[in-house]
Amino acid sequence: MSLSKIWVLAEASDGKVATTTLEILTKVRELAGTVEAIYAGGDADAIASQLGEYGVSKVYTTGDLAGALPGVPVANAIAALVQGGNVPDAIVAATSYVGRDIAGRLSAKLDRTVITNNVDLEVDGDKLVTTEPVFGGSTNVKTTFTAAGPHLVLVRPKSFAPESAGGAAAAVETIAVPDSGKSGGAVITNRHVEEREGPSLDEAAIVVSGGRGLGEATSYVMVEDLAKLLAAAPGASRAIVDAGWVPYSYQVGQTGKVVKPTVYIAAGISGATQHMVGMKGSKNIIAINKDAEAPIFSVSDLGIVGDVHKILPQLIEALKAR
Amino acid sequence: MNVVVCVKQIPDPADPGALDPTTKTLKRDGKLILDESDSYGVEMALQLVTAAGGGEVTLVSMAPNGEVSGLRTALAMGAAKAILVSDDALAGTDALGTAKVLAKAIARVEGADLVLTATESSDGYTGTVPEQIAGLLDLPSVTFAKQIEINGSTLKVQRQTEDGFDDVECPMPALVSVTAGVVEPRYPSFKGIMAAKSKPVDTLTVADLGLEGQVGWAGAGQQIVAIEEAPAREAGEVIEDDGTAFEKIVAYLDNLKVL
Repeated sequence: MSLSKIWVLAEASDGKVATTTLEILTKVRELAGTVEAIYAGGDADAIASQLGEYGVSKVYTTGDLAGALPGVPVANAIAALVQGGNVPDAIVAATSYVGRDIAGRLSAKLDRTVITNNVDLEVDGDKLVTTEPVFGGSTNVKTTFTAAGPHLVLVRPKSFAPESAGGAAAAVETIAVPDSGKSGGAVITNRHVEEREGPSLDEAAIVVSGGRGLGEATSYVMVEDLAKLLAAAPGASRAIVDAGWVPYSYQVGQTGKVVKPTVYIAAGISGATQHMVGMKGSKNIIAINKDAEAPIFSVSDLGIVGDVHKILPQLIEALKAR
Repeated sequence: MNVVVCVKQIPDPADPGALDPTTKTLKRDGKLILDESDSYGVEMALQLVTAAGGGEVTLVSMAPNGEVSGLRTALAMGAAKAILVSDDALAGTDALGTAKVLAKAIARVEGADLVLTATESSDGYTGTVPEQIAGLLDLPSVTFAKQIEINGSTLKVQRQTEDGFDDVECPMPALVSVTAGVVEPRYPSFKGIMAAKSKPVDTLTVADLGLEGQVGWAGAGQQIVAIEEAPAREAGEVIEDDGTAFEKIVAYLDNLKVL
């Protein structure tokens, strides 16, 4: 048995649907007869064919939000649809900034719980069952909803492999955005993009991350040098992002990026739960840490107990010499 | 400038977590400490009050067994008072139920201009409670703030994005969730620790907030159906560096043909 209808919160930039959205669509089209999308942006027509290709029959769009932070207006627009009698079994979004904001607001508005951080979805009878990893991914918790739908679900990036279903372009329907009153007062006045060199964390075949074991901010240059030599993306643990050594966009882990590269090199990272969730799906893991008891060694394929300040310079020299 | 900070008291992250086999929820029966993620909000609140030249910081927390040790830490940093909601009826409360409790508690603080939260807790990391609270209180909000400035009755916030940050303006009163690392949380001074012992902590029950039946197991809209061991990743070779370990790494990468 499957569900009858699921809505997916679509995210896109520059007329291209976000990979996380395509991942979710690939999964939910197995679970429900009808998959529709909700999209906040002025360019729904531009993404309708790509959404259709991944199984979306219709995209509801709020149109351009004129700089408003999307949480409040989009949740209000979705709630109005639901309260008007258009009720899907579930509304699924990515565990992203936008996804979390909209799901949280919608939860309060519809008085429905949200289950977050999921890595798998299945239907058991007529029930949606979600899977959430806990304790750094060592344990999976399966949860189902006890109240009436729509069930609100957030899915972690890279949980599913995106695959086209070859469908026709989705129909586009503009939906009303109710007046948000004072709660909708947050407005974006300016955007800043932090330039970074080399491949992105999401797409790099190799990721080199540094952690507190580097000792001080200036030592992060070793991570950058090694990354450059390997055409890798430099990453970081939450500890050194919190300490201000590198920007947040470098963070790998629960609150940062989830990465699944061919090779992940963890330098001076002990392997807190928070970090492991974001990298243990990597194909090969190399860890360098001076503490032989560090949890990172329980997931590494090659573990080196040693000092990053000695090993990284040697490694960099050896690679330069090739 | 009066700021309310939502803080969570959690099991020490250094201790391995466990699920209660009967209730299938996170065990929280040991000693609890202030979630480090919340110390940033406390520090931010103290700095904003100082910059405004007056006002106070009030803590709001929900915890089992009347736990106050984490609250005392934040009071020792400089918060003026705290509201603690503690009640056996809260066991099993989901994220929305938690937001309902915190929202009702926040509503009891008179003259609050700003509510600060972390972006997510370090134990449950649901990450939706800030927006749920804002929704229940019908407040505007800015999530993932890395910097906050006050300009009259308007907040100017730098909000983290996937590839940088946005400048966001928001009228007050408002709720803002702050990322870890926005400020350097102060260490409580000896004087602060002594003063914290006599600062008021108002303890409330579910009935005091008028939320009977809406929280706890009865109010939770979700049920755990199974707990499974995830397929374990096999630990590989671990070697001590004898000065030549880098050669092992080069050989390993060579073998994968990624060089």
